[in-house]
Amino acid sequence: MTTPHVHEPVFLTGDEFSIPTFRLLDPDGCLREGATAPQLSRDHARRIYRAMLATRVLDERMMAAQRQGRLSFYMQCTGEEAAVIGATAALDDADMIMAQYREQGALVYRGFTFDEFMNQLFGNELDYGKGRQMPVHYGSRKLHYMTISSPLATQIPQATGYAYGQKLAEDGHCTITFFGEGAASEGDFHAALNMASVHAVPVIFFCRNNGYAISTPAVEQFAADGIAPRAFGYHMHVIRVDGNDILAVYEATRQARRIAVENNQPVLIEAMTYRLAAHSSSDDPSGYRSKSEEQIWHDQDPLLRMQKWMLGQQWWSEEEEKELQESLRREVLETMKRAEKRPPPPLDSLVSEVYAEVTPSLQNQFDQLKRHIRKYPDAYPRGARSLDPEVAVDSNDQGER
Amino acid sequence: MPTMNMLQAINNALDIAMAEDEKVICFGEDVGIFGGVFRATSNLQGKYGKARCFNTPLVEQGIIGFANGLAAQGSVPVAEIQFADYIFPAFDQIVNETAKFRYRSGDLFNVGGLTIRTPYGGGISGGLYHSQSPEAYFTHTPGLKIVVPRNPYQAKGLLLAAIRDADPVIFFEPKRLYRASVGEVPEEDYQLPLGEADIIKEGTDITLVGWGAQMEVIGKAVELAEEAGISCEVIDLRSLLPWDEDTVVESVLKTGRLVITHEAPRTGGFAGEIATTIQERCFLYLESPIARVTGLDTPFPLTLEKEYLPDHLKIFEAIRESVDF
Ligand SMILES: Cc1ncc(C[n+]2csc(CCOP(=O)(O)OP(=O)(O)O)c2C)c(N)n1
Repeated sequence: MTTPHVHEPVFLTGDEFSIPTFRLLDPDGCLREGATAPQLSRDHARRIYRAMLATRVLDERMMAAQRQGRLSFYMQCTGEEAAVIGATAALDDADMIMAQYREQGALVYRGFTFDEFMNQLFGNELDYGKGRQMPVHYGSRKLHYMTISSPLATQIPQATGYAYGQKLAEDGHCTITFFGEGAASEGDFHAALNMASVHAVPVIFFCRNNGYAISTPAVEQFAADGIAPRAFGYHMHVIRVDGNDILAVYEATRQARRIAVENNQPVLIEAMTYRLAAHSSSDDPSGYRSKSEEQIWHDQDPLLRMQKWMLGQQWWSEEEEKELQESLRREVLETMKRAEKRPPPPLDSLVSEVYAEVTPSLQNQFDQLKRHIRKYPDAYPRGARSLDPEVAVDSNDQGER
Repeated sequence: MPTMNMLQAINNALDIAMAEDEKVICFGEDVGIFGGVFRATSNLQGKYGKARCFNTPLVEQGIIGFANGLAAQGSVPVAEIQFADYIFPAFDQIVNETAKFRYRSGDLFNVGGLTIRTPYGGGISGGLYHSQSPEAYFTHTPGLKIVVPRNPYQAKGLLLAAIRDADPVIFFEPKRLYRASVGEVPEEDYQLPLGEADIIKEGTDITLVGWGAQMEVIGKAVELAEEAGISCEVIDLRSLLPWDEDTVVESVLKTGRLVITHEAPRTGGFAGEIATTIQERCFLYLESPIARVTGLDTPFPLTLEKEYLPDHLKIFEAIRESVDF
C-alpha cells in the first residue's frame, strides 16, 4: 500500500468524520420530508407489525410470569423491536441469524410459535435444547436461527465463518449477526470484522447500540463516535441507522444484504436505539439511570411509530390493533399454561449429546447416578420420574426443528 | 461481632484494602456505581473515586491484560470477572502472562499484586454458562495461586491475604452462598493464611475433603454419617494451589479413608490430583479406595441440576461404601 508522504506531522483522531444517522420516519410516524419509503407491500408491512406487537406482548406477559415466580428468568427486547425485526424482514427467510439473546423478535417474525418459545422458557421435554440452557436461549434449525450461547460476542466470528461457507457454497445467502455495543468491546468482535473483510465474506454485523451493557453506559464502553467508525479500520461498508425507525432499518439492511450477497462484502450496521426495559429480570435499572432519561425514549417507542405510520397508510386500524392485542395475550397465556404442565426432559438428556455417542466412562457415571436416584427417588423427583418405570426415550422424536 | 453475608464480607475486605493502600484498584464489568451485578463492590466508587473503582469495557482479555500491566507497574489491581464462566476469554492473559511474568523475567517484573475475583459454581439455576467450576484448569498452571472461601469469615480473611500476597491469586467466590451464607465477621483487619487447609471437624473413621460451596454440602452428609455412627474428619482445602498436602496426609494416615468432592466434572478435576498424592504418600494406610464425588463429565445442565450436583446424599453414599468396603 502506498500513501502520500507529508513533511509536517499530521495526527488524525477520527473527529474529522462524523457518521450520519439514516432516518425515514419521524417519531410521530410521518415520513420525513423528501424521503422515499422503501418498497414494502401492505402484507409485508403487516407481517412486520404483527411480529413487533407479538414480541411486545410476549415480553410483557413473560416478564409478568417471571414476577409471579412461574419462570426463573427473562429478558425483554422492549424498545428494540424495530431494530431486530426491521433487519430480519429485509433478509431472505433462509439467511442465517446468529443472535446475542435479545432478538426474540427475529424468531417471532420468522414464525417460531408461542409453543416453541414456551417450551424453551420452561425447559420442558419439548424444548429443543432439552432444558439445558437458561430461558431465552432459543434456537431453530428450521428457521435458520443459531442456538444462543451465553458467552458474549462468541457468535460474531462464527458468523464470519458461517458466511464464508455460504460464499463457497454459492447458495446466494448471507449471515447476519446481532450484538450489543457492550459485546462489541470483546476481542471476538474485532477478530470477526478483520477476517470478514480480508476474506470478503457476505456477513452483516448488526450492532444494537442500546445505550447500556447491564449498568455500564455507552460513554464508559467506548470513547469514539459509537461502533460504526470501527468499520473504517477494517475497510468495511458501514451505515448508522435510527434503530427505532422500522423503515430506515429495513431499507439499510436490504441494501446491506445486496452488498453482502452480490459483492461478497461484509457490512456493519449500527442501529441507535435504547434498552427500554431492565437488562434482565434480575436487574434493576433504577440504580444506574433516571426515569426522565427513560421517558425520552418511551416517547420514541418504535412500535407506536410504526403503528402511526401504518394507520396513516390505511394499512391498519384501531379495531385490528385491539383485536390482535387481545388474541395475542390470550394465546400467550394458553400456551404458557400448556408448557408449564409438560414434564421436564428425561434423565438421559443429562448425558446425551455431549458427544455423538455416550462415552463408556460417562455411561458408567450415568449408571451409577441411576442407581443412586433409584435409592433416593424422593430426593430427585425430576430424575426419578423418567426412571420408574424406565421410559425408553427416543431423543430424535422432536419433530422438525 | 457484626454478622455479614459473604458479599458484605468481601465488600468489607475490599474497603479495608483500599483504605490502607492507595495502590489497590478495583475494576471490572459493572463494578463502578452499580457495585457489580452481585454488589460485591458497592459504595467503593463513591468512597475512593472513579480512578480507583471503575467500570471497564466489556472485554475480559482486556481486563486481565490491563490488570497484568497495572500490576507490573506496581499497583495492586483487584479485577472482577463477572462470572467464572467468562474467564476463558482471559485465559491466555492469565495462563501465559499472569502466571509466567516473574519466571520469564528473572523477577525483573512481576504481577504479584494482582488478584482476580470471580463468582463460580452451580445450584442457582444458571444452566451451563452461569454454573461452571473452572478451578482445575488454573491449578495446572504454575505461578498462580488459587483460593476458594467457604463462608463470610473465610472470605474476608482470605481475600485480604490474597490482595497482599506476593503472587497473583485467582479468588473463586461460591456465588450460591453469596447471600445464603451468613456469619460473624470481625470488623477489624485480619488475614487467613494461603496454602493452608482448615480442619473444620476432627474424626477417626474417614476424611472428607472439599472447598468452597461443597463444604456446606459435606456438612450435611456428615450429619447423616454421624447418625449412622461414622466419625468424620472434615477438611476445607481453602487453597487449591498450592494445596496443603501435609494436613490431608496426616488426616488420612489417621482415618485410612478419603472422600473428595467437587462440583466440576470428574475427568481432570482437582480430586484426581489429591487422590494421586494421597495414594503416593498413604498407600499402606488406606483401608478402602479413595472416592470422588463430582459433577458428571458433561456441561452443567439446568433442569436436571439437582441430579447433576454432588449433594449430601451422594457424599453420604460414598462415605458408607468406603466404610463398608
Ligand atoms: C464473555 C461474557 N462476559 C460477560 C457476560 C455477562 N453479561 C451478560 S449480558 C452483558 C451485557 C451485554 O451488553 P450489550 O452487549 O450491550 O447487550 P445488551 O444487553 O445491551 O442488549 C454482560 C456483561 C457474558 N454473558 N459473557
